[in-house]
Amino acid sequence: MTAVEPYPKVYLYRRIVQAKLFIDSNYASAIDVDNIADEAFFSKFHFIRLFKKVYGKTPHQYLTAVRIEKAMALLNANVPVSDVCCMVGFDSASSFTGLFKRLVGITPSVYGARQQHIKATMMHSPLSFVPGCFAEKNGWLKE
Amino acid sequence: MITKMTHVCVYVLNQKRAYDFYINKLGFKVVIDAPMGDDGRWLTVCAPDQPDLEITLYPVSAGSMFTKETAQAMTELIKKGTFGCGVFTCKDIFATYEELKAKDVEFTKLPKKEFYGIEAIFKDDSGNWFSLAQLG
Repeated sequence: MTAVEPYPKVYLYRRIVQAKLFIDSNYASAIDVDNIADEAFFSKFHFIRLFKKVYGKTPHQYLTAVRIEKAMALLNANVPVSDVCCMVGFDSASSFTGLFKRLVGITPSVYGARQQHIKATMMHSPLSFVPGCFAEKNGWLKE
Repeated sequence: MITKMTHVCVYVLNQKRAYDFYINKLGFKVVIDAPMGDDGRWLTVCAPDQPDLEITLYPVSAGSMFTKETAQAMTELIKKGTFGCGVFTCKDIFATYEELKAKDVEFTKLPKKEFYGIEAIFKDDSGNWFSLAQLG
């Protein structure tokens, strides 16, 4: 499709989105809001205000949310908590565990164990997760 | 009395490719990913804020569900962009549009003000189309 400018302030949107995508790709590094604002060519405060308007979170809050979400995915893949902490950009295990518990409601190790249990159930009795009509149509109910 | 919808089906041409599209491009979450038999896979995803509506990414292939002829006909129709599968809403359509465009999602309609809100239309990797809307 031909590139057109379909709405006002398109360049602002593009910069904010680039900053968001920058966080999505670099969450594991020691980035802070100043880095991100530089990346988007904005003054820090103007950038924070616009980012929050679009995403409902400050860049720092969004970065934390991405790190915790990636941590959840790694714990789901059975990566040990001590490795997960560094892999999502935290320096200290205690700050990671504290923040994880505050946002998710349980500690990373409890979350990891729970996910492994769910996965094991899914492997052993997958049919309990599939609506019967589809299971039957697919022939999955045959002995 | 029916209370709510829990599963909706989107027929896709390649389940693995659809996984990549819905998870890595649209940013959806996996709800159930369970192996079924030798080569089957029950895969459902959801929009991030709506975990209780599972979108089943259902592969169109000849088997128990579809005969060879039906699968062939379905494949052709999906590829042609016949099926509109629903409306997704977002908080800021311009930001969402720019992000999806940066991830090479194909749009067949750019964000445009309509009576009910601002709307764009994009296609998934199979050819199914969806409306993307910012309501109000």
